[in-house]
Amino acid sequence: MTALVALRDLHVAFDGQAALRGIDLDVAPGEAVGLVGESGCGKSVTWLAALGLLPAKAKVTGSVTLDSQQLLGARPETLDRVRGGRIAMIFQDPASSLNPVIRIGRQVEEALRLHRGMRGAAARAEAKRLFDQVGIPDAARRLDAWPHELSGGQNQRVMIAIALAGRPELLVADEPTTALDVTIQAQILTLLQDLRRETGMALVLISHDLGVVAEACDRVCVMYAGRIVEQASVDALFAKPTHPYTRGLLGALPPLDGPRRRLAAIPGGVPEPWAMPPGCAFAPRCGDRMGACDAAMPGAVMVAPGHRAACLLATPKPVAREAVHA
Amino acid sequence: MIRFLGSRLLRAAITIVMVVTFAFVVLRLSGDPAQIIMGADAPPEAVEAFRAAWGLDQPVWVQYFNYFGAILQGDLGRSMRDGRDAIVLVAERIPATLALTLPALAIKIGLGIPAGITAALHRNSFIDRAVMMLAVAGFTIPSFVLGLLLVLVFAVQLGWLPSGGQDSWRHAILPIITLGVGGAAVLARFTRSAMLEVLGQPYIRTASAKGVPWRSVVWGHALPNAAIPTVTIVGFMVGSLIAGAVVVESVFSWPGVGRLLVVAVGNRDLAVVQCILLLVAMTMVTSNLIVDLLYGVLDPRLRNQPRRAAGTA
Amino acid sequence: MTALLKAEGLVRRYAMRRGLLGRSVEVRAVAGVSLTVERGRTLGLVGESGCGKSTTGRLVLGLEAPDAGTVAFQGQPMSAPGTVAWRSLRARMQMVFQDPLGALDRRLPIGVQVREPFDIHGIGTAADRPARAIEALRAVGLRPDQAARYPHELSGGQRQRAVLARALATEPELLVCDEPISALDVSIQAQVMNLLVDQQERLGLGILFISHDLRAVRQVSHRVAVMYLGTIVEEGEPDAVLHEPAHPYAQALVSAIPHPGRRGGRIVLQGDPPNPADRPGGCAFHPRCPIATALCAQEAPLLKPRAVDGRLVACHVAHGDALPGAGEVRRAA
Ligand SMILES: Nc1ncnc2c1ncn2[C@@H]1O[C@H](COP(=O)(O)OP(=O)(O)OP(=O)(O)O)[C@@H](O)[C@H]1O
Ligand SMILES: Nc1ncnc2c1ncn2[C@@H]1O[C@H](COP(=O)(O)OP(=O)(O)OP(=O)(O)O)[C@@H](O)[C@H]1O
Ligand SMILES: [Mg+2]
Ligand SMILES: [Mg+2]
Repeated sequence: MTALVALRDLHVAFDGQAALRGIDLDVAPGEAVGLVGESGCGKSVTWLAALGLLPAKAKVTGSVTLDSQQLLGARPETLDRVRGGRIAMIFQDPASSLNPVIRIGRQVEEALRLHRGMRGAAARAEAKRLFDQVGIPDAARRLDAWPHELSGGQNQRVMIAIALAGRPELLVADEPTTALDVTIQAQILTLLQDLRRETGMALVLISHDLGVVAEACDRVCVMYAGRIVEQASVDALFAKPTHPYTRGLLGALPPLDGPRRRLAAIPGGVPEPWAMPPGCAFAPRCGDRMGACDAAMPGAVMVAPGHRAACLLATPKPVAREAVHA
Repeated sequence: MIRFLGSRLLRAAITIVMVVTFAFVVLRLSGDPAQIIMGADAPPEAVEAFRAAWGLDQPVWVQYFNYFGAILQGDLGRSMRDGRDAIVLVAERIPATLALTLPALAIKIGLGIPAGITAALHRNSFIDRAVMMLAVAGFTIPSFVLGLLLVLVFAVQLGWLPSGGQDSWRHAILPIITLGVGGAAVLARFTRSAMLEVLGQPYIRTASAKGVPWRSVVWGHALPNAAIPTVTIVGFMVGSLIAGAVVVESVFSWPGVGRLLVVAVGNRDLAVVQCILLLVAMTMVTSNLIVDLLYGVLDPRLRNQPRRAAGTA
Repeated sequence: MTALLKAEGLVRRYAMRRGLLGRSVEVRAVAGVSLTVERGRTLGLVGESGCGKSTTGRLVLGLEAPDAGTVAFQGQPMSAPGTVAWRSLRARMQMVFQDPLGALDRRLPIGVQVREPFDIHGIGTAADRPARAIEALRAVGLRPDQAARYPHELSGGQRQRAVLARALATEPELLVCDEPISALDVSIQAQVMNLLVDQQERLGLGILFISHDLRAVRQVSHRVAVMYLGTIVEEGEPDAVLHEPAHPYAQALVSAIPHPGRRGGRIVLQGDPPNPADRPGGCAFHPRCPIATALCAQEAPLLKPRAVDGRLVACHVAHGDALPGAGEVRRAA
């Protein structure tokens, strides 16, 4: 499997405080990868860093390749062609993610002009087609609407239309439904799945809701305090969660059926960036903590093909033990 | 839209009436014009006669209503000093004032806005710090101090430019700079913070994520949004085209409306003072009205509200 | 025995101006809600944003007076807001909001804030109040030394614990929780839900638990009411409503719960969340309803027990008064 996008040992620090502490992540063409974790664990920063969208004060190191083309430190012209072209990204709050003083049709047409060289009537016709594709009713007239005239769900559809305009190979959706109502959330998730089927693009879905990710993705990466602590296929992750944090997240999710049991809440809270434990960042909250947990950050261990966990208790598959970058 | 304009015009009218009333009251409270104009040693009969001639012997409220009645008929009164129509006296001075304030406005906008934008785009850099330092200096120094400083340096020390008067365009240079610098500083600071605010908005990140080159992000996405708050300040500056030069005109003995005002206040030349204040209030209110209309043009969120709510009673 | 809290036919209207000069529009935020909270039990209230959940919460606490309808607390009608009787009642009913940081005073240590209700309601002697405050903190799992912390020095879960400690300090009989866990991380949500259940067991609280998260509601509630546009459209045991929802809106809501492993096969509602200022005639849900019939556009269904199993539901189709339609009523235009 050759990766479309590969992140290697990605580190990000703001004002000397680490936000990402070594991310290794591959996205294959057409694949849907979920990224889950608690607020502040670095989900958004991972992809903002990959696309060069962080403010200048962020210190980014490591490597981000798109088909073996290095994106970190690439020239602005290169990045501008990739962004919105081969990799598109949409954000959490659709209402404030659209420019309030530009008609939504023009915001789509701008992407069409940049990445497909379309102008005038052709761009407008294509924008209308995209609006139809993402299910905006009365598309022709809505092209001239302003963002504040649409509901949150419709604005998120416009965002998706903008993202689709460049025919991306990868769509990074950063909590696309968090700000929306449950029924609208369902509409948007369904739309994303349909689009993926139609266009064959890969999808990275960022969310703090395991349920959302599990439903829409093939593979899940669980992040904790700036690192990926476990990644596996959705089925493997739910059947055999290995990292205590993943088990904790699953245990904290109230079940929809069966007897009412007390939730297995993870005690404590996420460590502050300036008080990061020297070893495993999860150790202070972990029920299986051992002395060795505090000694060094555990590397990712392959527990099954395609299933890796960064925990000392994870038993490696006999053949392929991987000691990934500490 | 009609309703909008109507309500704005009504508010404008109320503002003007309030300004005029306030000026009327304050001027009547601050001493007897007859006494001042006639001089302290004038014979009492002469003063009495002056009062009768100008209606100053009537009760204050009668004077007030007479005054308003006259205004409504377009009569702004005559100067107590030389008997000419106050409006003519004031109108004569307007070109001189505009000769200072218009170029100064150009400096404010032409210098302040680009400086603010540049500072915001290079936040925390050397340029930013330099611009901000100059800006702070520019608007903390009172204009009379700055004016005097400029006179000291360029007129007295270097002798390059004249220190006062209105004989040639060279006389206008120092007053224009004095006026322009403070406003440019205010505008630079304001533009910078408006721009920084906008640059931090999610839609700017969206534009970048969509592959829009940074230059176009700034010009196409950030500036139109940052313009919305900046318009308020520019509007205020336009509004003070007539009245904003009082201090500077005095410092440079520039024969504009501002000087006329100072002189007229000193003389208790009621009609002239009131005429000027009315003019000032009207320019202010007009520019405010224009700013409000401009908001609607710049910010679609403030236009045609009820589109989404169509169908409700 | 009388119910702890009984609300009947609550209506609350707001006048809302559109834009700067728009005419004022009447918003019926709550349009006839009746509900009952028993001692030691939790009623979960779910629904989309703007359907009137928070307004209902404020009405039952008497923080706002309803335009119509009555609220009875332990069989006694609610006193008017601001009166002395109402204030003494307030000690027995508490509210917990979504944003713990907003609910706490940033400038005071949480110990002081937990003590406040004792001072306000004159509980205990001045001497033993500090000890009581410590006890209240301990009851929600905070350490006594944390009493000296300021809100920003605590994690989200700890803050919400502090809010709960303050709410429970007066040993209230009724707790209204308005989205108490929505702003918290998943792992912290579980902590707070466990805490609520524990405290209910300890104190025999009646709880009105407002949320849009059906999973959370099932976890803590004994009954659940589904709200849509100011009215309750279905009410019943959580498992019954979740596994076999009777109202089409409840069905859509349930099928919108993300499900590990489930792919597709859900009812995706068309259209946007409704605008309470523009309430459709007939059944408020009919424009988005996949099975709406002509009757639904004309006549609002009443919340009443369904013939087969006694489930409370407000839907013509569920009651068998109409055959399932195709939901095309609104698309005539
Ligand atoms: N521009 C920034 N300046 C300083 N710190 C930042 C900046 N952006 C992110 N961070 C820090 O980086 C860390 C990771 O943030 P990130 O936004 O990736 O979290 P997240 O996992 O996306 O969380 P959420 O679920 O809340 O969106 C946080 O500690 C955050 O405070
Ligand atoms: N004080 C008020 N003035 C005017 N309208 C109000 C007021 N309070 C609430 N509303 C309106 O009443 C409706 C119901 O509001 P409410 O806050 O009860 O909804 P909710 O179900 O709690 O929503 P959410 O899930 O977003 O908290 C909304 O349309 C809201 O705009
Ligand atoms: Mg994020
Ligand atoms: Mg609410």
